[in-house]
Amino acid sequence: MTGAQVRWHEVCGLDDLVLERGAAALVDGEQIALFRVGEREVLAVQQLDPYSGAQVISRGIVGSRAGAVTVASPMYKQVFDLRTGRCLDALGREPQDLRTWSVRVEGDIVMVAAEGLVAPGETGAGGAAGPVDAVGAAAP
Amino acid sequence: MSALPQQLVVIGGGMVAQRLVEALRARDETGRWHVTVLAEEPRAPYDRVALTSYFSGRDPESLSLGSPDLWGDPCVTLVRGRAATALDLAARTVRTDDGTVRGYDRLVLATGSRPTVPPIVGADLPGVFVYRTIDDVAALRGWVEERSAGLDRPVRGAVIGGGLLGLEAAGALQALGTRTTVVQVGSHLMSAQIDLGGGHLLRRLITRLGVDVRVDTTTSRIRANDRGQVGRLELADGGRIDVDVVVLATGVTPRDELARAAGLAVGPRGGVVVDEACRTANPRVWAAGEVACLDGVCLGLVAPGYAMAEVVVDRLLGGSAVFPGADTATKLKLSGVDVASFGDAFARTPGALELVHSDPAAGVYKKLVLSDDARTLLGGVLVGDASAYAGLRPMVGRPLAGDPSAHLLPAGSAAAAPGGDLPDDATVCSCNNVTAGTVRAAVTDHGCTDVAAVKACTRAGTSCGSCVPLVKRLVGDELLRAGVAVSAGLCEHVALSRAQLFDAVRVTGLRTFSEIMRRHGTAVAGRGCDICKPVVASILASLDDGHVLDDERAALQDTNDHVMANLQKDGSYSVVPRIPGGEVTPEGLLAIGQVALDFGLYTKITGGQRIDLFGARLEQLPDIWRRLVDAGFESGHAYGKSLRTVKSCVGSTWCRYGVQDAVALAVRLELRYRGLRSPHKLKLGVSGCARECAEARAKDVGVVATDRGWNLYVGGNGGFTPRHARLLAEDLDTESLVRTIDRFLVYYVRTADRLQRTAPWIDEVEGGLDGVRAVVLEDSLGIAADLDAAMARHVEVYEDEWKATLDDPVKLRRFASFVNAPTTADPSLAYVAERGQVRPATPTERADPAVLVAGTTLAVRS
Ligand SMILES: Cc1cc2nc3c(=O)[nH]c(=O)nc-3n(C[C@H](O)[C@H](O)[C@H](O)COP(=O)(O)OP(=O)(O)OC[C@H]3O[C@@H](n4cnc5c(N)ncnc54)[C@H](O)[C@@H]3O)c2cc1C
Ligand code: SF4
Repeated sequence: MTGAQVRWHEVCGLDDLVLERGAAALVDGEQIALFRVGEREVLAVQQLDPYSGAQVISRGIVGSRAGAVTVASPMYKQVFDLRTGRCLDALGREPQDLRTWSVRVEGDIVMVAAEGLVAPGETGAGGAAGPVDAVGAAAP
Repeated sequence: MSALPQQLVVIGGGMVAQRLVEALRARDETGRWHVTVLAEEPRAPYDRVALTSYFSGRDPESLSLGSPDLWGDPCVTLVRGRAATALDLAARTVRTDDGTVRGYDRLVLATGSRPTVPPIVGADLPGVFVYRTIDDVAALRGWVEERSAGLDRPVRGAVIGGGLLGLEAAGALQALGTRTTVVQVGSHLMSAQIDLGGGHLLRRLITRLGVDVRVDTTTSRIRANDRGQVGRLELADGGRIDVDVVVLATGVTPRDELARAAGLAVGPRGGVVVDEACRTANPRVWAAGEVACLDGVCLGLVAPGYAMAEVVVDRLLGGSAVFPGADTATKLKLSGVDVASFGDAFARTPGALELVHSDPAAGVYKKLVLSDDARTLLGGVLVGDASAYAGLRPMVGRPLAGDPSAHLLPAGSAAAAPGGDLPDDATVCSCNNVTAGTVRAAVTDHGCTDVAAVKACTRAGTSCGSCVPLVKRLVGDELLRAGVAVSAGLCEHVALSRAQLFDAVRVTGLRTFSEIMRRHGTAVAGRGCDICKPVVASILASLDDGHVLDDERAALQDTNDHVMANLQKDGSYSVVPRIPGGEVTPEGLLAIGQVALDFGLYTKITGGQRIDLFGARLEQLPDIWRRLVDAGFESGHAYGKSLRTVKSCVGSTWCRYGVQDAVALAVRLELRYRGLRSPHKLKLGVSGCARECAEARAKDVGVVATDRGWNLYVGGNGGFTPRHARLLAEDLDTESLVRTIDRFLVYYVRTADRLQRTAPWIDEVEGGLDGVRAVVLEDSLGIAADLDAAMARHVEVYEDEWKATLDDPVKLRRFASFVNAPTTADPSLAYVAERGQVRPATPTERADPAVLVAGTTLAVRS
């Protein structure tokens, strides 16, 4: 991230999130999908499903594909890598990636970086700028 | 050959041009040719055959053909949005509409056709459309949406022309909510493909979709309304049809204008005359696709065009290929109406025999055309049930094994789908000209181990898709023959099939996902995925009926099961209370109506005699259900892979003809099987006499009353591949009937594949229908007691999932719209009013806030 001062938004308590399941959050008027994929590991991507235009990604099933932690959109079942936002299976459509946000878990508070947004186009298809680490990657 | 590449120019950027460039790049390994494609449309070639799917909301990208890399190849130049305007054969140049002049060494005309606009006064009015390009379809859709927003009644549409394209367009208009009429000049619909007998039935099937059909008449004039838009059709027979939109589908005209002007010969009805090498009289100029006139005719199908493209490429590279002759087999692409025609469909071969099976009641007409000795298949017409098409079409010109009439039997009988006996040179996929031998070789020589790999390797099944069932069968047979274990594994995490996993879990008694994955998963099993998780959830539900939202299991469910409602396209949900047997009291109706009113829900009666309430937001679901539960309703499980409905007719209590109490039985069956989780959704039906008003034979389990008891039918499926149920047992008394259904259902739940419905399950389970009969009626496997016990347990532990959820504050937390704003409505939801109710706004409507209504948000008063 290009040195911009990161503002951390407190979103919810860790206990508000169920393991291996997503939840939607409203941050600065923006809809974000949070996934608790480990005891203290939370990942965040956009809630908007690019294929249906509906705000539903948090309601997909969490899984894995060749080592990547994934979510399958509940609408038309495209599969996305939760760490990088990349579309891993577009089911015959044009691949469209998800935005990701940095997440920090401090005590039992889950925080999302207000800056720290990484548009998939900017990281390049191979994630040249590196995927956003789940925990504390963009800590000031 | 010189080192410099030669210049090939292709005029037209359609499907045939795409195939030509693709074939050239695949075969011209030394880069002898550089190809320039001049395309008038503003986009790369796309799948015109699938154009209608653009209506169902798909974006233009999903129509793209082949690999996009093709157009980035340095040996290929694609010039979009430029029409060729002049051709100079002597100078060997082409001019485009921006004035650029390009030289060529070789030229291919692939300009296709344009829709024929009949010389009717008014055919140029706003609101009259043709149907050929993405732009045509986008304009048509925009017009219909705009008109329907401005009218307080459904839009009225007409399609002039009742051929393949006209019916497809009518279906598309109907899907947009338009009341559509098809006007056909000839005696019957699709008269170029099917005979009068098939045409009569087709008309009934089309009418059943809600489309009106007028035959034997022409349109004499199109009148404008007072705003100068299309308003009325006047027919030659004196009839009049009020319309808001018209689609012309009266045929196509080859785009031979450049060739004509350049002095090339054209056919009697247009088209650039070519020989069997697809070459014009000028040795440097070829034509391929719909614009080419070979033996006096132009062919309006993609398969012959692809074959021509391959011939031209072969010739460019020094080969001597000739056009192999056209396969004019066709299948109507209109969901709900199955029509196919192939080979000599009109029995024009001297001495040809016709074998016809017509069952107007069942809505099928099938005709085989056979040689004079009744052995060789020459062609056929299939209306109402074209499932035999994929198997029969490759057999044209070959002797049919066994009794030909066996091929006319209902789908599902073994004869209807040959596969094993198909000769290697029989064409399986006519769009891409792939033979059975090529498909088999993909498995034996190229190491393909599933249908997806074979499709990628051979291209079979990648265009219209009608041959995919046959390809699948061939691949399966070949893998078995090669001794390759066909991997029935679910996904990368579980190498077992659903049935194997079911048995394993039943035997080991494991009851949590992590335990099951540790024991039965693969090395990478860990977290599972959207395939194996719901399967495990379903198996666990079948085995001990724990609540679907209990502990770890909640994370296994997809969103429908997770929140016990059906996800709709905008992210809201629909709610269906159970109404056993479709019997509801007036008080119950009022209660449902009041809930719909209070929450502003869109209300619709379902095909299964239920009431579906649409537009409920996640956080509203518990409030809605609290009201429904208080009024005595329980979950209808419309969201689950589980028993959905038992549909019934009114039966002997009221009906003059009824011989048994259909409603009482339906209610009993529904209360018995409610909540039963299964590999796919399950539907039952009960009719009170042989008139079958409940359409029970379209259900997984259909019961039809007789004077002496009940006839039991199984394996009926609607949906994508409709099937009629087949008779399992006759004249059962009620207790034997219930026991037989119990066993049938548990046997299915335990042994079927993931997402396998009952019809294909019966085809594939050991012994087929006879095998199922032996297991459930004669206990041939000795498992009947076990099956009975499993169902008894299901009945005993059933509880209403919604009631249980409302009583549990922890479970209720998953209905928060946002984890940090649990009752805030999703701000992106937007609705418009239509026919007195709400529906989700289209993207265009969203852009114009003036038309939006608050929908399900503001109407709540609790
Ligand atoms: C709705 C619909 C459904 C169909 N369904 C089926 C089906 O189920 N099965 C089947 O076999 N066929 C079907 N067809 C027909 C099939 O699409 C055509 O046979 C096929 O597209 C023909 O390919 P082509 O390349 O010859 O012509 P086209 O695909 O029409 O391509 C010709 C292209 O050339 C361009 N062009 C013309 N003149 C010029 C010029 N002077 N300069 C530059 N560009 C020019 C045109 O704009 C066009 O893009 C369907 C067609 C439609 C419209
Ligand atoms: S199936 Fe028979 S009993 Fe039932 S409504 Fe029809 S005619 Fe009456």
